[in-house]
Amino acid sequence: MAESKVRRLPAPAVSLETQAYWDAAGKGKLLVRRCTSCGQAHHYPRTICPFCFSDKTEWIEASGKGTIYSYSVMRRAPVPYAMAYVTLAEGPRMVTNIVDCDFDKLEVEQAVKLVFKPTDGGPPLPMFTPA
Amino acid sequence: MSIKGKAYIAGIYEHPTRLAKDLSLAQIHAEVAKGALEDAGLSKEDVDGYFCAGDAPGLGPMSMVEYMGLRPRHSDSTDTGGSSYVLHVGHAAEAIAAGKCKVALITLAGRPRAEGMATGTVPRSRGGTPTPDEPFEFPYGPTVVNMYAMCAMRHMYEFGTTSEQLAWIKVAASHHAQYNPHALLKDVVTVEDVVNSPMIADPLHRLDCCVITDGGGAIVVVAPEIAAKLKRPKVKLLGASEFIKTQMGGKVDLTYSGARFSGPAAFAEAGVKPSDIKYASIYDSFTITVLMQLEDLGFCEKGKGGKFVSDGNLISGTGKLPFNTDGGGLCSNHPGNRGGLTKVLEAVRQLRGEAHPKVQVKNCDLALAHGTGGSLGLRHGSATVILERE
Repeated sequence: MAESKVRRLPAPAVSLETQAYWDAAGKGKLLVRRCTSCGQAHHYPRTICPFCFSDKTEWIEASGKGTIYSYSVMRRAPVPYAMAYVTLAEGPRMVTNIVDCDFDKLEVEQAVKLVFKPTDGGPPLPMFTPA
Repeated sequence: MSIKGKAYIAGIYEHPTRLAKDLSLAQIHAEVAKGALEDAGLSKEDVDGYFCAGDAPGLGPMSMVEYMGLRPRHSDSTDTGGSSYVLHVGHAAEAIAAGKCKVALITLAGRPRAEGMATGTVPRSRGGTPTPDEPFEFPYGPTVVNMYAMCAMRHMYEFGTTSEQLAWIKVAASHHAQYNPHALLKDVVTVEDVVNSPMIADPLHRLDCCVITDGGGAIVVVAPEIAAKLKRPKVKLLGASEFIKTQMGGKVDLTYSGARFSGPAAFAEAGVKPSDIKYASIYDSFTITVLMQLEDLGFCEKGKGGKFVSDGNLISGTGKLPFNTDGGGLCSNHPGNRGGLTKVLEAVRQLRGEAHPKVQVKNCDLALAHGTGGSLGLRHGSATVILERE
């Protein structure tokens, strides 16, 4: 049987603490959590700020702009994919994938922009593509 | 309270198997425990402290204590992946120094090869209740290899490190492994062999990766008064430290490891410096793991690891810092996908003068063993111990 070239993405496990993040993803928006005490945004989201331990944190919508901090193309996967850390314009670096591009032309510090990809029965995943 | 001089490594054992199709996990734990106690000249009845990690079946030490018929008054199953067993040496010394036990047994066993586990190349969910990080990582496909590869990619970007330089680490390990009859890979390889091997997750090639093996090992840590009565060479613990490095809320920095913190703390406790070390066991899940740890432990300047290894410094007999003289995880074994324990074993062999004559470091009186466990690119435990031949 020919192998499917479409990469299937498992659904993320949604928790009460992060329901809003995934609800927003379903609407094509990327949220990050920001602390109103120290002013810093963090990722993955937490209700208590991992920097100053304040409980005054809130959701903000990310601009969707970023740069590749590092990446690696998983050549041995049935459908190769590009794992990456992207530095968001808002500050935090997040684990993600770079999609819809020529993997051989990716570069560290390259500018990227937000896209979403569907998962198996769950909310879509925020990913990035060259800007 | 310092652990300096408060505990000794009296017994070690490495299971010779690399494929354990006919052995149960518990059986391997027991076989290595028996081997290490016999090496020390101690019996099961002497054991009053037991240490294991997530590779052991059951919930912490309970199942293994029952299986082996132990009666410890102290136990610990702290799990920081492959670094656990280096950490356990430190924890055992702390327990001994505090009077909680006198003979501590540490065991590791695993059989991923017999089970046909897709080690390193397939993302693995931890199962059960998801950890808070998992939904933000697992669906993207993080594997052991690509997360270490991202560290290598960033290191190359910031410091100009090359694939050829990383390859030298495998070359050195293979040079040593040719003398280890138990090593899974005994062939000496060249830089070209490494960089021409298939790309797994760029920039890491197949030969940048450690082997996948079954097996195990055990360590017996004892109080000074016990060590004094035993006939084996005395290996004293001078310093031990640990650290857990994370993504730091998104302030990710992939250019260094937790060794940046566990290393200096262990050196400070031991009262020695990196240039004093005659032999170093460095966790070698991948070539990049070694490179970053060498820098973070202070064996060379940050960013200069590539030159340090390509100058041949890791090769016993010619280099400044002989490393992993058993062939390490890159060539000999990586039992149960966890290599920290075997790092301690070869350091003890070197200090006792029991390494293979072709790789034995002359006058080896001071050694370091370091473990890195978990995922270098996501979150990992680091543990460093410094050992002295008395």
